[in-house]
Amino acid sequence: MDGEELTEQETQLYDRQIRVWGADAQRRLSKAHILVCGMKGAVAEFCKNIVLAGIGSLTLVDNRLVTEEALSANFLIPPDESVFGGKSVAELCCDSLKDFNPMVRVSVIKGEPSSFDEEFLKTFDVIVVSCCSLAEKKSVNEKCRKLPKRVSFYTVDCRDSCGEIFVDLQDYKYAKKKLEDTVECQLSYPSFEDAISVPWKVHPRKVSKLFYALRVIERFEEAEGRSPGETSVSDLPGVLKLKKEICESQLLNEAHIPNALVERLVTNPTEFPPVCAIIGGILGQEVIKAVSGKGDPLKNFFYFDAVDGKGTIEDISSQS
Amino acid sequence: MASQQQLSVIKGAKVLMVGAGGIGCELLKTLALSGFQDIHIIDMDTIEVSNLNRQFLFRKSHVGLSKAKVARDAVLRFRPQVSITSYHANVKNQEFNVDFLKQFSVVLNGLDNLDARRHVNRLCLAADVPLVESGTTGFLGQVTVHVKGKTECYECQPKPAPKTYPVCTITSTPSKFVHCIVWAKDLLFTKLFGDKNQENDLNVRSSDPASSSDHAEDIFQLNKDETIEHYGRRVFDHVFGYNIEVALSNEDTWKNRNKPRPIYSRDILPEEPTKQNGNTDKNCATDDQSLISAMTSLGIKNPQEIWSLMENSRIFIEAIKLFFTKREKDVGNLAFDKDDQLAVEFVTAAANIRAESFGIPMHSLFESKGIAGNIVHAVATTNAIIAGLIVIEAIKVLQNDANNYRMTYCLEHPSRKMLLMPVEPFEPNKSCYVCSETPLSLEINTHHAKLRDFVEKIVKAKLGMNFPLIMHGAALLYEVGDDLDEDMVANYTANLEKVLSELPSPVVSGTILSVEDLQQELSCSINIKHRDEFDEEKEPDGMVLSGWQQTPLEKDDCNKTLGNGESTSKTLPSAPDADKYDDSDMVASGRKRKLDEAVNISGEANSSKKPEVLDDDDDDLVMLDDGDNGDPAINKKKRLQ
Repeated sequence: MDGEELTEQETQLYDRQIRVWGADAQRRLSKAHILVCGMKGAVAEFCKNIVLAGIGSLTLVDNRLVTEEALSANFLIPPDESVFGGKSVAELCCDSLKDFNPMVRVSVIKGEPSSFDEEFLKTFDVIVVSCCSLAEKKSVNEKCRKLPKRVSFYTVDCRDSCGEIFVDLQDYKYAKKKLEDTVECQLSYPSFEDAISVPWKVHPRKVSKLFYALRVIERFEEAEGRSPGETSVSDLPGVLKLKKEICESQLLNEAHIPNALVERLVTNPTEFPPVCAIIGGILGQEVIKAVSGKGDPLKNFFYFDAVDGKGTIEDISSQS
Repeated sequence: MASQQQLSVIKGAKVLMVGAGGIGCELLKTLALSGFQDIHIIDMDTIEVSNLNRQFLFRKSHVGLSKAKVARDAVLRFRPQVSITSYHANVKNQEFNVDFLKQFSVVLNGLDNLDARRHVNRLCLAADVPLVESGTTGFLGQVTVHVKGKTECYECQPKPAPKTYPVCTITSTPSKFVHCIVWAKDLLFTKLFGDKNQENDLNVRSSDPASSSDHAEDIFQLNKDETIEHYGRRVFDHVFGYNIEVALSNEDTWKNRNKPRPIYSRDILPEEPTKQNGNTDKNCATDDQSLISAMTSLGIKNPQEIWSLMENSRIFIEAIKLFFTKREKDVGNLAFDKDDQLAVEFVTAAANIRAESFGIPMHSLFESKGIAGNIVHAVATTNAIIAGLIVIEAIKVLQNDANNYRMTYCLEHPSRKMLLMPVEPFEPNKSCYVCSETPLSLEINTHHAKLRDFVEKIVKAKLGMNFPLIMHGAALLYEVGDDLDEDMVANYTANLEKVLSELPSPVVSGTILSVEDLQQELSCSINIKHRDEFDEEKEPDGMVLSGWQQTPLEKDDCNKTLGNGESTSKTLPSAPDADKYDDSDMVASGRKRKLDEAVNISGEANSSKKPEVLDDDDDDLVMLDDGDNGDPAINKKKRLQ
């Protein structure tokens, strides 16, 4: 194992979870450094989960000032102007998160995800980005892949009653229990750019409709120069037109992306708190798995839609 | 974001949450964020340190305070406009009756034990209020919807009994570590530090019962003029040495088993060695029970480490010393509590020494504590996910959207690509005595069995009633309540001791008894059939209830059983641990078992049992097909109409 023992205080506090993942996984968690960008509801949930789990440090990035929308699904921000006035969303979340577990170092960095250089990024083990444009996702992901060490990269976004997680663990080795034995497993992940560039016609059968709908909206936001989630009902004709074009060029039956789903996502881009709890929970578990090297990580997209209640893993990588 | 229609039902809803633990904290937060305006929350527990890794509304400074109250205050800090009413109370209290339940639009359970779940289920049925039920262990979880007349109730499916072990396995022939733990906790610990008058199976029945019984009486008594060190060694030698020798003399027992080895303290520990080595001072200056520790005295730190036989023996003696010197006033009325450090140390050491004697591998304090305390694994993420799913179902229930109700499983390994798997709810079980009016039937010897036997073994233990009322036609035979007058109480007490056929209104073959719980508003009729003989092994109650479902107990060659938990400790209820479906429930409920088969959670592939899928593309839904599991008690799943 990793040598160092857990302190008495840690054993006491983490008792119930050590019974789930073991003391050596707990030690690895306590040495993990995690960066998150974009503090909306799902990310707030995720941060709560990993701070409780006892990671080493958490660094938050979100320069926005508090707005009505920032408050909506985020329980880390007190809705009191005398408290939040003048502070950034990240600073406010940091204050609340510190309180959840005094053994975790929580801090704030100012800046934009695209401005971070490799020197900075390499100080982390896990990087999670949310509410980022397509270009930002690609750029942070590419920088992670160039670092001298393996850094796990995730994107997470929720809109309407839906959520999406993307995972890039690069070349990932982990231990898996099979009956009595522990076997070494290996997975090879594509980057975000590679994953979304896989031609749709070679996708596995019956990939979640959400994958396609979200790719269309992402392209729309990029083409129109919108911030992520900045769409409304007036954009619907434009998005549907784009959907048609993309489906034609990708040779995908248009009916596979129901207009009703696109409409929900475009007209109602705000988060739905129960879905944030679910997506933030799944992402928390995934990061804990990746850090501790225990258990099958998901590869490489996860979708949840409250309308059908299914939480589905999709593997979209060039090999398949 | 919720639709306008959803928002309007959310705003108008009055919600009752039962439980403010692991699921409860997450649920209260998610309800408040989702726009619920009127939330009531009941929880009898107070906050403990081991809750803080997942019950995120609580801080170290809150340890010892009411979970319901602290959770309320914490949520009001980020959603001050929500009305939250907290009750630091047991949901089984009479104040929470059917009329109380009727004011709510939906009840959401985040409970940790079968009893309370059954109770709330009955209240919800009687009040006709929908119930969303949930549970988690480790990475697994489930959410189910129970709406009277539309879906099954919580009790439509058989619930497994808490795990019990035959007494002779515990007292004479342990083969697993858990047997040693049960012995150390329920027998030895109780004998030394608990109620001395309680019946106890600690002593093996020797071949010569006359000689051993006297001997046994004084052996556990601290003599006036002996040191505690001496006493501890005397107990040690008796239970690990003498008792094993006695057991060995029953040669038949060991024909097909490995013989245990007697262990005496003089072989392990040098004579009177630990006498004042100064370390006990570490425990001196404190009144805080949690700081009194044999490990601390002996300088043993790591709870994950497995102690040597010598270390176990030293802990054993040291723990006895500390109980008799530092916690003298507790001795005589202690019940095992997993949060009592010294008790856990003693039980770990005793179980390990016994394990060593029987050739069973020893375990660390950390592991022993988990087994002894029935501690259920728990993480924040699963609770958060389950809470999200509860809110989604609650909103459907409020919209009366019956076609879309789902029970959802949260899985550790994906099945058909899914980590969250929705399944259509089951229809009510027509032969469920709780939600349908199916009569039960009871075979019993009406000339021998007393009314007390019927009340204890059937009405309370099997039907789960707390305030029963038993009637034969218009004649009241028995009743429990606060407002009975003395004559009645005397009358009922007298009835309890009478055999059924000699009651004022005789109960004989063919009698139909009506049994009611006034608080749960549950009533059922029981057809009585007289029978002379019962098989002591297979029917240890001396009566057989049918029409009532419970998974059969593990069979063995003994007719008495000991549980590892609530069933045997009558004194203090051990503090329940947060979010578990008590281990028996979540993992092994009938429904879950089917799921295991259907989706091969266990990894034992069996393609014939794959779930049947309605493959209409847009809306595929997993159908559980139990066609070949041969259990007629389990309903086939049908689409709700």
